[in-house]
Amino acid sequence: MAVDAARHPALPVPTAQPAAPSRRRWWLIVLLLLGLALTAVPFIWMLLGSLKTQQELVQQPPTWIPETVTTDNYSRLWSRLDFPRYFWNSTFISLAITIANVVFCSMIGYALAKLRFAGRDLLFLLVIATLLVPGSVTLVPLFVLMSKLDLVDTYWAVILPAAAGPLGVFLMRQFMLAIPNDLLEAARVDGAGEFRIFWKIVVPLSAPAIAALGIITFLPSWNALLWPLVVLTSQEHYTLPVALAIFARGQFQADYGLLMAGSVVLVVPVIIVFLLLQRHFTQSVTMTGIKG
Amino acid sequence: MSDAAIRRPDQAVPHGTVWSRLSRHLTGWLFALPWLIIFAVFLLIPIVASLALSFTSFGLGNLRDWFSADFVGLDNYSKLLSDERFHKAARNTAVFVVVGVPLTIAFGLAAALGLNQAIGKLQSVFRVGYYLPVVTSIVAIAVIWRYLLNADFGLVNAALGLVGIEGPNWLGQKSTALASIIALGVWRNFGFDTVIFLAALQGINPVLYEAAKVDGATPWAMFWRVTLPLLRPTILFLAVITSVGYLQLFEEPFVMTGGGPLDSTLSVAMYVYEQGFRFLNLGYASAVAYALFIAIVALTFIQFRFLRGDEGA
Repeated sequence: MAVDAARHPALPVPTAQPAAPSRRRWWLIVLLLLGLALTAVPFIWMLLGSLKTQQELVQQPPTWIPETVTTDNYSRLWSRLDFPRYFWNSTFISLAITIANVVFCSMIGYALAKLRFAGRDLLFLLVIATLLVPGSVTLVPLFVLMSKLDLVDTYWAVILPAAAGPLGVFLMRQFMLAIPNDLLEAARVDGAGEFRIFWKIVVPLSAPAIAALGIITFLPSWNALLWPLVVLTSQEHYTLPVALAIFARGQFQADYGLLMAGSVVLVVPVIIVFLLLQRHFTQSVTMTGIKG
Repeated sequence: MSDAAIRRPDQAVPHGTVWSRLSRHLTGWLFALPWLIIFAVFLLIPIVASLALSFTSFGLGNLRDWFSADFVGLDNYSKLLSDERFHKAARNTAVFVVVGVPLTIAFGLAAALGLNQAIGKLQSVFRVGYYLPVVTSIVAIAVIWRYLLNADFGLVNAALGLVGIEGPNWLGQKSTALASIIALGVWRNFGFDTVIFLAALQGINPVLYEAAKVDGATPWAMFWRVTLPLLRPTILFLAVITSVGYLQLFEEPFVMTGGGPLDSTLSVAMYVYEQGFRFLNLGYASAVAYALFIAIVALTFIQFRFLRGDEGA
């Protein structure tokens, strides 16, 4: 700014603050609010729909507020279908994948960021090169492998392939690079072994990155459809997305109340987790560009 | 830290000995090993195996004894060239990417520019709101949207009815089914682009705008001459990430249309699933998947060339 003022001494220095709210600005705000409404309406519609009777759900014109509020859709998820079971399956599988990624990615992230060993750069190149490999490419060979290992239709078949992703390694390495070397060197001089340094110094210092890694691993695991759909063949092992997708295509195709209630069960925990932790989340997204 | 530095000279660290060097390499690999084993077995080997499988007529009967599968050379790939359903799937997926990616980026950028200019403290509320669909399950979103788009009692057609338009059977006819799925993709994903663009916009030095303003630039000129060139790396990044995601289109058509009507929303990933796990042609499904993989690599490469090519100009 000083430079500008010097170059154009006759002109007033422009202020950083925008001028008084103009008409243009109000139009922008209206548009942005409209956009917000468009993103929110389907979720509101889902919530309200899950409380309506089947009759009201197919009524024309549709109603916003349920005329008769019913919890029948939810009780059918519990009694006629096995949703508590699917909820537990989803929770167990997603948590196992998250914990595995946090442990494994922190370890290799530390090695890539702070230890010098032969082949390190090659290893990091491998991580980068596989960042964009699509899941559908490994679908068939993974199934072939899992049937050889007798793991088809088990939780392990879903957990293992997701337990060590390249994204997490990238995130942890980038974060750990910023830990001062002096700190680690001092501990080494004091005779601490690498595992002790990792556990006592690096892990506590990396807490924000671990939180971010936890969220960006948990959400896609919770939402995943394709691979669980392929490898989980018996109903008792279904995750929530698999159950919902299969029911939505099959016998409950037109049972909108049940489908809306099922969507609520699938979506609401994610929204709660996201709203509680969104600070970590958006930070990690903008830091690394990793998608949820 | 400082006393450690002082103590360092008398705590002779044996850097030179063979054992210490060996143990240093070993420690590095030990930290990498748990991740590396799982990664190699469940990602690296399957990528290579996928290519190998695509040269065979692997079927259910070969699951126990892998080497009993017949080697068929390039048969699967030549079959791809004449498989009309694959062509349809490839065309639909290409349309989804070619139309969907620019739209997603444009909406993401428009929302980011708007938020950056008009909204002060409430920006984070909007950001979270726009981001919400990105983190929610596509299955649930597809289920909800199928209901919203229902021809007879869906909310969309009811809203259109209020202004006197009779809405079509969105998912039930060839002319609108794929367009509906593209709209859903844009709706779900633009918030991700908005968050990334906002971060990039906030990184632009305000002095540049002030200088442009002093030189008499209109807001429109400032956007084209200052903002857009500076956002080029961000656009490249988003184009790559979004294309790779869109090329794998699966959940939306799987839940909403089942690939219909008349295969008008069949995607390549759906075709892999169908060939592999409904018709159990595992070898052929691998060839389809590998074609998709090659398309992803090629598109990423082209985008890098295209959006980076004239950086110096």
